[in-house]
Amino acid sequence: MTSLKKKPANNDGITPQIVSEHGLKPEEYKKILGILGREPNLVELGIFSVMWSEHCSYKSTRIHLKNLPTKADWVICGPGENAGVIDIGDGMAAIFKMESHNHPSFIEPYQGAATGVGGIMRDVFTMGARPVAMMNALRFGELSNNRTKHLISGVVAGIGGYGNCMGVPTLGGECNFHKSYNGNILVNAMCVGLADKNKIFYSAASSVGSPIVYVGSKTGRDGIHGATMASAEFDDESEEKRPTVQVGDPFEEKRLLEACLELMATDAILSIQDMGAAGLTCSSLEMANKGGTGIELILDNVPMREEGMTPYELMLSESQERMLMVIKPEKEKQARAIFDKWEVDFAIIGKITNTGRMVLKMKDKVVADLPINPLSDDAPVYERPYVKTSAEKTIDYNSLKAPKNINQVLKDLLRDPDIASKRWIYEQYDSQVMNDTVAASGSEAAIVRIHGTHKALAITTDVTPRYCFADPFEGGKQAVAETWRNITSVGAKPLAITNCLNFGNPEKPNIMGQLVGCLEGMSEACRALDYPVISGNVSLYNETNGVAILPTPAIGGVGILSDCNKKVLNGFTADGESIFVIGNTAGHLGASIYLRNIENREDGTPPPVDLSLERKNGDFIRSLIEQGLVTACKDITGGGLYVAIAKMAMKNNIGANLVIKSDIALFAYLFGEDQGRYIISCASKDLAKVTELANKSNIYIENIGSTYGSELNIAGEKVAVRELVDLYEGVLPDYIDL
Amino acid sequence: MTANLKAKIYITLKKGVLDPQGKAIKSSLTHLGFSGVESVRQGKFIEVELGDIDKKTAENQVKEMCEKLLANTVIENYNFEFICDQQ
Amino acid sequence: MRSAVIIFPGSNCDRDMYTTIEKITGKQSHRVWHADSKLPEGLDFIAIPGGFSYGDYLRCGAMAARSPIMSEVIKSAKKGLYILGVCNGFQILTETGLLPGTLMRNRNLKFICRTVNLQVANNDSSYTAGYKQKQVIKVPIAHGEGNFFADSSTLQEIEDEGRVAFRYCTQDGKVEDQANPNGSLNNIAGIFSKNKRILGMMPHPERASDSIIGSSDGKVLFQKLLGAA
Repeated sequence: MTSLKKKPANNDGITPQIVSEHGLKPEEYKKILGILGREPNLVELGIFSVMWSEHCSYKSTRIHLKNLPTKADWVICGPGENAGVIDIGDGMAAIFKMESHNHPSFIEPYQGAATGVGGIMRDVFTMGARPVAMMNALRFGELSNNRTKHLISGVVAGIGGYGNCMGVPTLGGECNFHKSYNGNILVNAMCVGLADKNKIFYSAASSVGSPIVYVGSKTGRDGIHGATMASAEFDDESEEKRPTVQVGDPFEEKRLLEACLELMATDAILSIQDMGAAGLTCSSLEMANKGGTGIELILDNVPMREEGMTPYELMLSESQERMLMVIKPEKEKQARAIFDKWEVDFAIIGKITNTGRMVLKMKDKVVADLPINPLSDDAPVYERPYVKTSAEKTIDYNSLKAPKNINQVLKDLLRDPDIASKRWIYEQYDSQVMNDTVAASGSEAAIVRIHGTHKALAITTDVTPRYCFADPFEGGKQAVAETWRNITSVGAKPLAITNCLNFGNPEKPNIMGQLVGCLEGMSEACRALDYPVISGNVSLYNETNGVAILPTPAIGGVGILSDCNKKVLNGFTADGESIFVIGNTAGHLGASIYLRNIENREDGTPPPVDLSLERKNGDFIRSLIEQGLVTACKDITGGGLYVAIAKMAMKNNIGANLVIKSDIALFAYLFGEDQGRYIISCASKDLAKVTELANKSNIYIENIGSTYGSELNIAGEKVAVRELVDLYEGVLPDYIDL
Repeated sequence: MTANLKAKIYITLKKGVLDPQGKAIKSSLTHLGFSGVESVRQGKFIEVELGDIDKKTAENQVKEMCEKLLANTVIENYNFEFICDQQ
Repeated sequence: MRSAVIIFPGSNCDRDMYTTIEKITGKQSHRVWHADSKLPEGLDFIAIPGGFSYGDYLRCGAMAARSPIMSEVIKSAKKGLYILGVCNGFQILTETGLLPGTLMRNRNLKFICRTVNLQVANNDSSYTAGYKQKQVIKVPIAHGEGNFFADSSTLQEIEDEGRVAFRYCTQDGKVEDQANPNGSLNNIAGIFSKNKRILGMMPHPERASDSIIGSSDGKVLFQKLLGAA
């Protein structure tokens, strides 16, 4: 929204310019007039504009999102609440969601990323769960782009700065680089929390007469996008009043978290909602709409950080670290005492009514009076036209020239920033606080023990945007399937996913086509794998100067490991063990990292995903792990089989002798990105048993060699594992620290 | 005689204490083309509004604040000045 | 043996600390709120855990050190109680003056979380008696301000009096710069008070007390200490 150049004609007179500056179309404004039966005032217009914004109403995506599979016996709460809830047994629930903070992070990387972390944590603890793990999915532009260094440094410092201060371990994630993100980076943060399954808190406020309590940071002018209608002209003083970058205060949020959890252990809270996008407006409206009630707010009682704040500013402010709750009236003293102990502001700012309307008062005057139901439920829904991505041509590896030196290719791929070690990033995150981290960054899936038990959650984030660009449907399928494989690789059973859909401008039919295609692919995978969507977030308009990001539907998967002592990690553990690949290799190089790096091409169909085969192979891997037959496991992804082997070797500096018996060209076999495959190592004494079990279950299995020494040895060509480690570990530090 | 005073307090690293932040800043300035920069030390700036107070009392109070909390006298020095707060 | 863990607004590792203590002693540890004016009676051991007390605002540990309960902790120190400060706890102890020196920003300016090798520099204390002299143990660090500094005379005194408890070292026990993650003078990772009853250390021994989450080298410290106190 652009800022006003001059005062409106009358006080509160709505002009077409004001309407458009609020991001509303003329027909949307007409709808508002119809709903109200009169003109709105500025405060009311502001409220409509944020509730009907893409971010809050999901107007471009709602009709497609409702096709996602969201149910299973273990799903307690699917999309629609602050986060999704699944039953993980023994009376416990896992609560999780992923969210984006892309645009703010491009402008101010540290604070954008930090407040993104803060926001997603609140979404989880507002439901009664103590956050136990953070993950993140990051996308940056090319290393050669002159902003990338500044952005990655700021974003990583911000995620660490906020998450570490909150005392929640950041356990992993992914980080890719591509020129399509040069003008639009992606910062998606995922939070997982644990709660007693019988003590989940929801936002619906149905108890008429109960007090509405505001807790947390004081409200300032953060995040109000330029439309400071309250001030007349723009002069030096108004400049100071203008929208400020949201600055996160993790110390405030830590105290807020502890105070909320302490109060949640009592029975004082009837409903609770965090204030995120569109602040007080969205949270209060959601609570009343879900409860079928009304709200009355006395804005004078809102704790304020600045002087002279107007109703408009108070309702639209996006100041961080705030929650709204409805409590039992007789519990006010007890609740206030807890918040006083933690030195967190606690203010009664209104009450739940039975009018079905939102009535705002300030200085004893009604400053807004709106019907709640139409505000939420009559938000525009668009059926945007879309055009499917036209099919790429399949690439036959026979059409490519075989490389001269396989190990040189390996080195080149290990140096690819997408593949190279992310240690520079993850060592800035405290991954061990809370003392339950069994495995973190670098593992196929993070493993966090459920405190006080032997069980653990397995958590991962993944998506391959170049596949989604080549074929959105296959890419969407693959993203879900890969997270399912990651969780399976550590021995855990995948349960459910959250997702963060990052796309360009949905008003362009080809972009809308990417979105629809990815969602269809995701849905198919979720159904076939019994792996529903329980929460999610959409971020659109990620494009600059007509250049859109690659379609990036980031998936966050969660699974359960019934005994964390049975977990399997992804580094070779001893000499003389047998190495197997599960799943057939056809040598698919379309849309692969090999093709991009070695042939300088980004075309070709992505590797197809056979969901029933994925299921079969994965269930087999899990059963092998359960029987204690696997010493290391890794699913094969970008860069193919040889890159996967190299990573398993570099973990503990244990090399391998590889013997490949295949009809296809060696480079296609080693670097093809065929899906549904895993590499496992097992003790040589178990070689026969593993082979027998695979044959019995009709699983494709190949013995490709054994672990040995400190070199990778293939077809007579050797490379020292230590040499690979130096290359692999050096990429990011050499780029950023020098 | 009292007035509305605001203290401007400067906390700086003692000479000889290593300042990695200052070093990093100097390096960035050099990369930006400022070739003559000889050294950079990073410190803190704290503003404390004291309300209606006489200058001597204010000085004593701010000195105590610095000694007791605002500066780590193991590695930091402090100095301060006052301005009349217009508000 | 009666123990207490002090909790400040922003402390994060309090649960990790008292869970570790309780697992080893089988007895509940007192959780003491920073605003309390009195410590529980008859304490033998006080732990000041890691975290971001007061958000690390102003200086790490600066405001926590001036909390009401800390004057009681200082009195207890004078009475000879065992006091362990881990990470933010170490920073708080230096801010109170119970331990000398100060912890500054890591020399590479970044937060670092990794498991490091520590050399047991002096096993003549109730904390380190369970280790061999110069033994190398694995303990995780996770801090942005762990760079130990003291002026040259103070540093000399600490060294001369054998009050360095742990140093960062290589896998083979070599105390070298390349093994120093944060720039601490003399690779110092932890120091004792004069009577060796107060230990401040940046690495987290409570995070190295359970092999499934990494290492159990830290367990020895607690076992020895909680047996002695």
